[in-house]
Amino acid sequence: MSIASSTQQICFLVLSATTVVGSLGVVLLPNIVYSAFLLGGVFLSVAGLYLLLNASFVAAAQILVYVGAVNVLILFAIMLVNKQETLAAIPGLLVRRLLSGAVCVGLFALLLRVALTTTWALPGPPPVGEEATIRIGEHLFTDYLLPFELASVLLLMAMIGAIVLARRDVFSTDVITGEPADQGLIEKDRTPLLIEKSANEPTLLSKP
Amino acid sequence: MSTDLASPIPLEAFLTIAALLFCVGVWGLINSRNAVRVLMSIELMLNAVNINLMAFSNYLDGQLIRGQVFAIFVITVAAAEAAVGLAILLSLYRNRETVDMERFNLLRW
Repeated sequence: MSIASSTQQICFLVLSATTVVGSLGVVLLPNIVYSAFLLGGVFLSVAGLYLLLNASFVAAAQILVYVGAVNVLILFAIMLVNKQETLAAIPGLLVRRLLSGAVCVGLFALLLRVALTTTWALPGPPPVGEEATIRIGEHLFTDYLLPFELASVLLLMAMIGAIVLARRDVFSTDVITGEPADQGLIEKDRTPLLIEKSANEPTLLSKP
Repeated sequence: MSTDLASPIPLEAFLTIAALLFCVGVWGLINSRNAVRVLMSIELMLNAVNINLMAFSNYLDGQLIRGQVFAIFVITVAAAEAAVGLAILLSLYRNRETVDMERFNLLRW
């Protein structure tokens, strides 16, 4: 905590403004690629807020996990499903947006009222500051050992589940249409390049 | 020197930012047509919860920083959720050839 207090306040204002504007951009921008990059910006500024809260280890974990893994994963997913489609209009979309906006504003007012009217037990014990990483390590290997091991099992399960869900050679049929849902079959059936080639070849063969 | 000095940023400021981020995430979760954007909104909400945990950990629980440990667990679960969610999204896209949330209505009565 060697930074001056005014510097901390300026940093907090800049980081919170970046967070809020970036999250609004994530939700509101029509182009989803811009949304994904803004999400990375939001993650980075949240990591900056963690640094203001004397939590350097969690800030580093936030940058590594969110910006390095989750955001890249989201970008890859956008590239894999990037089909320009015109969304069909829904009746009452504006009403739905206004209603949900009202609900969200009400929720925000409720949370704000709780945050401002509760008498927190301040000032609490002094923060440990630089020793936070040591304390986290002690916690993870003493009283939070079981959740730590469960988290590793959960990550293994998520990894295997993601591989099983996203692999290509699962032979299954669509429930509604009854046609095969396998990616290779879809590509053979519906890729325009292959259809064009198969349509051209009989004409070439039939000419001579 | 830093122990007797009160923090220049009040706790309520962090709580306000977290509440705002959470509400933006909820709005995006309800109103997004693109399934990838729904997953991004869930990540925003998880980050808001993490900000709350970290703020309480720093201001009210400065010696035993249990909020930071919880934030690490939340980050872990969020990473697992993102991986499985995007795999489900890829599988859905192969089946239905769209990412429009309005057309994922198989369970609708």
